[in-house]
Amino acid sequence: MTMVGALEGLVAMLLLASGLLSLIAALGLLRLKSFFQRMHAPALAITFGSWCAALASIIYFVALESRPALHTVLIVVLIAVTAPVTTTLLARASLFRDRAAAAAKHQQDDGA
Amino acid sequence: MSPLLSFAVTAALVCYALTMAVATLRMLRGPSAQDRVLALDFISLNGMLVVLVLGIRYSSHMYFEAALLMALFGFVASAALAKFLLRGEVVE
Repeated sequence: MTMVGALEGLVAMLLLASGLLSLIAALGLLRLKSFFQRMHAPALAITFGSWCAALASIIYFVALESRPALHTVLIVVLIAVTAPVTTTLLARASLFRDRAAAAAKHQQDDGA
Repeated sequence: MSPLLSFAVTAALVCYALTMAVATLRMLRGPSAQDRVLALDFISLNGMLVVLVLGIRYSSHMYFEAALLMALFGFVASAALAKFLLRGEVVE
């Protein structure tokens, strides 16, 4: 009985940690100054937040419901594989757009 | 489900909702298109986490497939939007 209580406490702690980490990431997204600084904030939720939620789900289903539920790992692995791709594409797009805007401004200044 | 776990699930869901609200603020405010795409990607990730936690709340396996699909489509949408920002077209 105490074992179940401890596991429930663990699941509750992981869920709370996941929610708070997501909230911190959102505050970072809102408050940081430049785009390249803001890109770092969601990584907190992508790595820590989703791992905590997935671990909570696994522990809840495996230990408390006695059902096999390890496939939740699939979601986190998928996110771990795909998130860097999105981030790299966005960073390159941002660099490209900044450069294009600077070039356009330069040309405009030369023309004037 | 014990009161502690029920409270934790509710608190996590409230945190995710606040997170999505704050990210929506960033998406509306901009200032650049990249910021909006980043915020949208973050919102889709949080939607996925909400579905995952709802699976615990209702102790059902059905939510897992929904969360997996949301993660997959969130990636596809963000990658397509980022590619669009890079070149002005999605498929070259």
